[in-house]
Amino acid sequence: MLQVLYIFIPMLAAIFVPFLYKRIKNIHTGWFVLAVPATLAIIYASYIAKVADGKVFLEELPWIPSLDISVVSYLDGLSLLFSLLITGIGSLVVLYSIFYLDKHKERLHNFYVYLLLFMTAMLGVVQSDHLISLYFFWELTSISSFLLIGYWYSRDASRFGALKSMMITVGGGLMMLGGFILLYLMGGTYSIRELIVMAPNLVQHPMFTWSLVLILLGAFTKSAQFPFYIWLPDAMEAPTPVSAYLHSATMVKAGIYLVARFTPIFAVSELWVWLVTGVGILTLFWGSFFAVKQTDLKGILAFSTVSQLGLIMSLLGASALAFHGNGATDTIKFAAFAAIFHLINHATFKGSLFMIAGIVDHETGTRDIRKLGGLMSIMPLSFTVAAIGSLSMAGLPPFNGFLSKEMFLTAMLALQNFEFFGFDTWGALFPIVAWIASIFTFVYSFYFVFRTFTGKYTPEKLPHKPHEAPIGMLISPMILAALVVTIFFIPNLVGDTFVKPAVQAIQPFLYDSPKDINIHVAAWHGEITPELIMTFGIVIIGVLLFVSLPKWQGIYQKFPRSLTLNNAYDKIMLGLDVGLNRVSRLYMTGSMRHYLLYMFSSIAAIVIGSLFVKKAFTVSFQDTAPISPYEIILVVVLVIGTAITILAKSRLTAIIGLGAVGYTVALFFVIFNAPDLALTQLVIETISVALFLLAFYHLPKLGKREERMRFQLNRAIVSIAVGVMVTLIALSAHSQKLIPTISKYYEETVYSKAGGGNIVNVILVDYRGFDTLFEITVLGIAGMAILAMIKLRMNRKEKSHENK
Amino acid sequence: MKINDVILRTVTKTVVFIILTLGIYLFFAGHHAPGGGFIGGLVLASGIVLLYLAYDIETVHKGMPFDFKKVAALGVLLATGTAIGSLFFDAPFLTQTHSYINVPIFGKMGFSTVTIFEAGVALTVVGVVVTIILSISEDE
Repeated sequence: MLQVLYIFIPMLAAIFVPFLYKRIKNIHTGWFVLAVPATLAIIYASYIAKVADGKVFLEELPWIPSLDISVVSYLDGLSLLFSLLITGIGSLVVLYSIFYLDKHKERLHNFYVYLLLFMTAMLGVVQSDHLISLYFFWELTSISSFLLIGYWYSRDASRFGALKSMMITVGGGLMMLGGFILLYLMGGTYSIRELIVMAPNLVQHPMFTWSLVLILLGAFTKSAQFPFYIWLPDAMEAPTPVSAYLHSATMVKAGIYLVARFTPIFAVSELWVWLVTGVGILTLFWGSFFAVKQTDLKGILAFSTVSQLGLIMSLLGASALAFHGNGATDTIKFAAFAAIFHLINHATFKGSLFMIAGIVDHETGTRDIRKLGGLMSIMPLSFTVAAIGSLSMAGLPPFNGFLSKEMFLTAMLALQNFEFFGFDTWGALFPIVAWIASIFTFVYSFYFVFRTFTGKYTPEKLPHKPHEAPIGMLISPMILAALVVTIFFIPNLVGDTFVKPAVQAIQPFLYDSPKDINIHVAAWHGEITPELIMTFGIVIIGVLLFVSLPKWQGIYQKFPRSLTLNNAYDKIMLGLDVGLNRVSRLYMTGSMRHYLLYMFSSIAAIVIGSLFVKKAFTVSFQDTAPISPYEIILVVVLVIGTAITILAKSRLTAIIGLGAVGYTVALFFVIFNAPDLALTQLVIETISVALFLLAFYHLPKLGKREERMRFQLNRAIVSIAVGVMVTLIALSAHSQKLIPTISKYYEETVYSKAGGGNIVNVILVDYRGFDTLFEITVLGIAGMAILAMIKLRMNRKEKSHENK
Repeated sequence: MKINDVILRTVTKTVVFIILTLGIYLFFAGHHAPGGGFIGGLVLASGIVLLYLAYDIETVHKGMPFDFKKVAALGVLLATGTAIGSLFFDAPFLTQTHSYINVPIFGKMGFSTVTIFEAGVALTVVGVVVTIILSISEDE
């Protein structure tokens, strides 16, 4: 119970936040909130040693047992690592936000409730072993992230960014749900552990590929992969603590987590390898290339996050190759380790960089890199942290980014030696693209830190007079920066405690316990390796490019706006809006005649169609009665009356024609032995003709031209079709009676049981009095309605007089 | 010129009596011969409408001080009442019963709960038809 409860602790704590905010005004609410992630981080830290030994922890909380749905908390190397990231970085972010958000000006209760909600959602995503609860928490991250991005909801850009991220991530989430359901249909279980065990049987299933693609769509949208990354730069409108937490360390890694978690199931597929690796490397290049274009500090970081996520994604794709025994060299097994290692590194340096961007924004009032410069001497501590983070991001020693970049290049170089899936030919592309992307990474890292902190100091462009941030704001980025350096010096300790258990979770078929993973990280391998040469190349070309940046940065402006993905997104949203509007306006004309045409033509088409498809149309004249001369005369009168009604030039003639039809029907009732019907029909027809005349008399004088009804072909066709339909049905129904009529029973029992002689009347009031009861109710309601319509209209008239 | 409709009024005085009698006859005959609550009600209503045509609303209202809206409501209530009444005798909703009783002068006569139900139908029809026609005629 306890382990599942940990997931929900932030959500439960969120309940108290508004009370604390309202009651205790002189203490920043964040201090209370800080206790939650800090406590959880300590709790999860206590699992580290056991998980590093290869143990896993599992606990189940039944939710909907009848549908086999439960919340399962499964702690293995991978989910523990993510849980620690979420709670650890969460604590630092809360600490940072205490100094970043003003307790008097900001709606802190909203902020911390959303943040705690997000924490629960994220812990749930990474610990869920159950597909449905994983999806539940997944969407909860989307919703809480939507709320956090739109935190300053009075700004247009915030709302736009929140909506955009919501649309894209929820769209992907729904795709993922589809993939999950297909997985359940294939495997018969919601448990990811059990699905992994039966993975070899799933491959042959016809739905396997569908499920793979759908789940990947979910992961790609959440982790901002190409072409779904466009929501991430717009999400930078969120407060900086949110960007640091959600959009660098946790939520955008949910997709990474998903790919890592499902690697054991899908890795056998060639499509998976190509999609994950290909999209990852493309995103890496794309993000790094366009990061140099940005002028907003957080914009640079957003594109850099996109690019680094692509890097991790491509490594995870490469790690899937390790499942293909032949040709899987030791260097390929390297990829999973590199992915997880870089994931940790990225969370540390990117978190600190976001916080620095926030500090710069907070202290100078702008994030525009064109206005900033020369802050090094004013904000020395911030500059140090920023430099550590940026150089680590660029992949330089002595920072942890260097180690993970080396491993990345090693893995990418190993791809071309893989004799499978066409990697021996196309695989050569991967290290080249990765190398170019690394050069751009180097350039934007330098661009970020040196454009902000060095160069000419221009105070006149800055809204505030800049000064060093308060120490409380610097604590979190300094801790992260310290980690960046520390990890460089103790990579193997980190590797043994955190990375190897996670790798074992990604590649459970290869290793029995985390200790079997034979990977040793070293900054210096003792020889000149190809990747080291590549790193030298990156540094040299990167420096050259950075120095000449003003000369070539202009090429970004040449890139036409109409070809960007953002433009495509806007076009699609606008197109959906306008296009669907146009479509509904096309048929929702507001004219009753059109709607009647739709209804009648579809009824006629459906009925006549099914009559012929089912071959139900038969006519037999066996049971028909002989036709008497009276009937012929009445039919002739009836047809004449109908024709007059339709063709009449004057309304009065049409009303009289209608009356003739009604009385003829009454005569039909007479000769067909229905005296009750005949009596009723005569009286009712009289009343309705009188009412028609009344309506005719009150027609407005103006425009009351006596005009023949205009002939319209489509209406004529539809009316003929409806007439044909009714005739066909009547003939067919008459010709094939399957069941004898029940009127015999009435005939026999009308006197003995009901004590009456008039069958019609006895049926109406005794056998089936229920119908009559409600028919008189209908009559009563109609009377009341007419009364109300007339009286209420008169009231309205009086009122309008009063207003004058 | 003042319109003198003395003939209409004189004829009406006679004819209304016949029409109303016919209506009541149709109502009672319904169970064995053509007729019944619905037709009976319509005929009664037409008699009343004739009165309204020959005289004016105030005069007729003096002679028949009914609120026809309430007549319609009473009819529905009566019909529903007989339907619910059967529940008290442990019979399904809307069960009708009948019996033959020897009445001193008329001899053997059939009595049935259907008659009450029919009365409800007739009252509703009379009420509704007259209400509709009155409210339309009062409209300007």
